[in-house]
Amino acid sequence: MAVIQVQRRPLTLVERTYFPQILGGLMTTLRHLLGPAETMEYPEQRPAIPPHYRGVPTLVRDPKGREKCVSCQLCEFVCPPKAIRITPGSIPGDSENANVEKAPQAFDIDMLRCIYCGLCEEVCPEEAIFLQDVYSMSGYSRAEMVNHKDRLYEMGGTLPDRHLKWEAKKAAELGGGHA
Amino acid sequence: MPDTFLGLPTIAVAVLKGLAVVVVLFPVAAACSMAERKVCAWIQGRPGPNRALPPFLAWIPGIWIVQRLGIFNLMADGGKFLFKEEPLPDHVHRFYYVLAPLVAMVPAFTTVTVVPFGAYLGEGGRLVPLVLANVDVGILAVFAVASLGIYSLILAGWASNSKYPFLGGVRASAQLISYELSMTLSVLPVFLWVNEPGSPGTLSLTRAVEFQGGAWFILTMPVSALVFAVALFAETNRQPFDMPESEADLVGGFHTEYGAFKWSLFFVAEYANMIVGSAVFTLLFLGGWNILPGVPLALLLNWLHGATGSALWLSPAAAGLISTVILLAKVFSIIFVFMWVRWTVPRFRYDQVMKLGWQKLLPLSIVNLVAYTVGIALLQH
Repeated sequence: MAVIQVQRRPLTLVERTYFPQILGGLMTTLRHLLGPAETMEYPEQRPAIPPHYRGVPTLVRDPKGREKCVSCQLCEFVCPPKAIRITPGSIPGDSENANVEKAPQAFDIDMLRCIYCGLCEEVCPEEAIFLQDVYSMSGYSRAEMVNHKDRLYEMGGTLPDRHLKWEAKKAAELGGGHA
Repeated sequence: MPDTFLGLPTIAVAVLKGLAVVVVLFPVAAACSMAERKVCAWIQGRPGPNRALPPFLAWIPGIWIVQRLGIFNLMADGGKFLFKEEPLPDHVHRFYYVLAPLVAMVPAFTTVTVVPFGAYLGEGGRLVPLVLANVDVGILAVFAVASLGIYSLILAGWASNSKYPFLGGVRASAQLISYELSMTLSVLPVFLWVNEPGSPGTLSLTRAVEFQGGAWFILTMPVSALVFAVALFAETNRQPFDMPESEADLVGGFHTEYGAFKWSLFFVAEYANMIVGSAVFTLLFLGGWNILPGVPLALLLNWLHGATGSALWLSPAAAGLISTVILLAKVFSIIFVFMWVRWTVPRFRYDQVMKLGWQKLLPLSIVNLVAYTVGIALLQH
């Protein structure tokens, strides 16, 4: 085995008194002492969350306020820790969005189970579920840690949608496109 | 001191003075622990403890300054230490285990009685010190009683009956012996100089301060001051010499087995020792209550009198107040340096501590003593 002998320079007399190093160190710490604090005082100050941050999963609406989820349950099936529970429901026929046919009646995400993997976002064919910038959740009971549908929409808000595919589909059906 | 104690019997006066020491020094020492945490935090780029605030005080405007300084954290800490459960481990030597923190407090609070913290000019311009026990052996009393403090560490280490505290206690005694010598030897030149031929011999700290009306001893005897300062760090078990505690290699050192109020007593004692040590350093080398080198207290008061035209400056009360403020300002600056060094310099290894003490400081202080002895003899003849 190759052994490399490192020649270390012997300390000079001044260095052996420790004083130059100690004084240098004192100057460094003094600079930090007088400088601003590096820390963020958390609950009052919040860090800027970068885009595409993978926080708490949320449900979003499209720019027209329609809930995008069609309760296909793909996210429920793909979710590795089985955190998502969906009760499918149907959209009443007199609704403006009747052609979408289905919407979740209940949508629960158990945040005690969620592992923030983002598979639900990845699998969603409707781009309805997103992991967004909410990163802190707390509650006093297990029940409080389950996000129900209303809270999921509240956290999710509205995201821009370039396709508006259900409107395009309705327009195509009304306009007598290929059936 | 004048007889202003309303003609109380001697014992009552002594008890009052003793209470004054405890009532003043205990909170100041405790406040030093908060100052330590704040200095540490600022050096590390943190704000430090700044959250605690009793809700019933929140309405006071400007209370946030006190809150940000962590004063209420300090009170909460003190309250917690008083009221939390104090477990007594099964394996300790009970009597000595309980005794050790008390032994730590006694020398820490005793030394302060012989340290003058101010002075005023009595009849005929004679300097009268403000001190609880004006003994002529001043510095000797400080050294004699301060070295007793180490017994508490040894006692705590042994009584805990477990290996890390024991190692801490052994280290404490070795370190004390190593640095006590250099400390004492470094002070001797000061008193050689103070005791000029023809004056009555004295070891009084007041006399040493009076002598520094001109140049301070840190200017005339820098090596003595340096050796004394380094030995002071070692004697008060401060970083980089905190061998007895040394939490990295000895868990907590001598106080590993201690908790709650007994533990905090060790810390109050450590800070009280720091305060007294800084006061002694100030009195011996930094000119005590003289504001600048070459400006003795009497001159400062005369200037103030001349500048304002008020005779108030010449009253003993003004002199006592001003001298005390000057001294305390210097003492707290030194305590800040203690903390500043603590959060800058890493701990020495045990062998380095011993080597530094015996092979560097001791020869240095002996050479220093011999040189100054010869020099002073030549000067004064």
